[in-house]
Amino acid sequence: MKLEFHNKKISGIMCVLPESEVFFDDEISNYTFPEAQTKRLKSVMGFEKHRVVKEDTASSDLCIYGMEQLLQTKKIDKQDVCGIIVVTITPDHFVPHVSNRIQSHFGLSEDVLCLDILQGCNGFLVGLMQAFMLLDYNPGKKVLVFNTDTLSKKVSKQDRNSYPLIGDCATITVVEQDEAAKPIYCKIQMDGTQGDALIIPAGGSRMPCSTETARMKDSGDGNVRSLDNLVMDGTAVFQFVMTKVPPLIADTIEFAGITQEEIDWYIFHQPNMFMLKKLADKIGAPRDKMFMNIVQNFGNPSGASIPLAAAFNLGDRLTQEDLKCCLSAFGSGLSYGAMIMDLGRLDFCEICISNF
Amino acid sequence: MMDMIMNILQEIRPECDFASSNDFMNDGLLDSFDMVSLVTELEEKYSILIDPLDMVPEYFSSVSAIASLVRKSGADVQN
Repeated sequence: MKLEFHNKKISGIMCVLPESEVFFDDEISNYTFPEAQTKRLKSVMGFEKHRVVKEDTASSDLCIYGMEQLLQTKKIDKQDVCGIIVVTITPDHFVPHVSNRIQSHFGLSEDVLCLDILQGCNGFLVGLMQAFMLLDYNPGKKVLVFNTDTLSKKVSKQDRNSYPLIGDCATITVVEQDEAAKPIYCKIQMDGTQGDALIIPAGGSRMPCSTETARMKDSGDGNVRSLDNLVMDGTAVFQFVMTKVPPLIADTIEFAGITQEEIDWYIFHQPNMFMLKKLADKIGAPRDKMFMNIVQNFGNPSGASIPLAAAFNLGDRLTQEDLKCCLSAFGSGLSYGAMIMDLGRLDFCEICISNF
Repeated sequence: MMDMIMNILQEIRPECDFASSNDFMNDGLLDSFDMVSLVTELEEKYSILIDPLDMVPEYFSSVSAIASLVRKSGADVQN
């Protein structure tokens, strides 16, 4: 689906990280693989350290912490908010929704639309798309897009395929109308036929959690996990991304009516350094225009990757100037998308460390 | 080139007996993460860029299959 949005802009980004940093070297003994083999992945994949929440922290806690920062520093006003969109695959509960938890915590009006969207790594673009559409009916107001995941709770600590790369994080992106904003071009695609490449088998109505689903087993490839844990077919996801994303980027650039050379930055989802290098080459983008440093510093923060990569790498610069950015993300579903927009002159673009 | 590839394989998985295997992937000698390590080493040693779409098990099943991948990726080698 191709979408063109007018008079919309991102006006602020706040990223919230857990307090605890966990180092890859300290986790190597958790895995059944030979130490030398695992250590080799450190430089190739960019595994260095990642951020993980405390045992009793839920996804909404990070969101609420960030929102408190925004309110205390008067970066947003509760009266201006018309919608809360929360994109997560690790909600606090199935019911009630994380967005309603946030609304309740801050005493927001009952007129504020609360919407949870179950999306993973492509969740930033999906959330933005919904926010832009909601603003059409609420001129003068702001929509808050929360991307939050605490995947450390859903990935086995003995799964070398997935655990080293996950990172817990929440981001809050403020979206509003702006008559002077340049058009935003977006293409979002879905391929449900490959959905099982990223799956948490148990915990839903198909296979409710039980003592059996919680039992840890050797998966046959040296990784130990239960049916309650996330399973990723890394080879299938890699091939999916390399096949689908390059033509998607080319289509979106053409749709935007620009040339590839006009793009200042490629701000992509952050699966791992190897995949991003290969993707940059396949797209024909200079590697130094694509940020690849989020996994090594924070882990892969799922749907929060793009705003975290923007804040970490561009930060203050995004409060001062407009930069033409190509955003892209891909993940569970499987889902993939790209967006071309002028990102900049934000009211704020920050990262804070929470006490979670 | 065959010797060089075998040396790289032994560096990546020193505990494995590659000489006795007919299919490194099916026999469990290499997994997808080893493929990534191997590609990185091959790119560095032969100054090539391997197309990610070629990162499929067929090109990693044997030393000769890996050699054909290296040649396909533009390595300037005679044997």
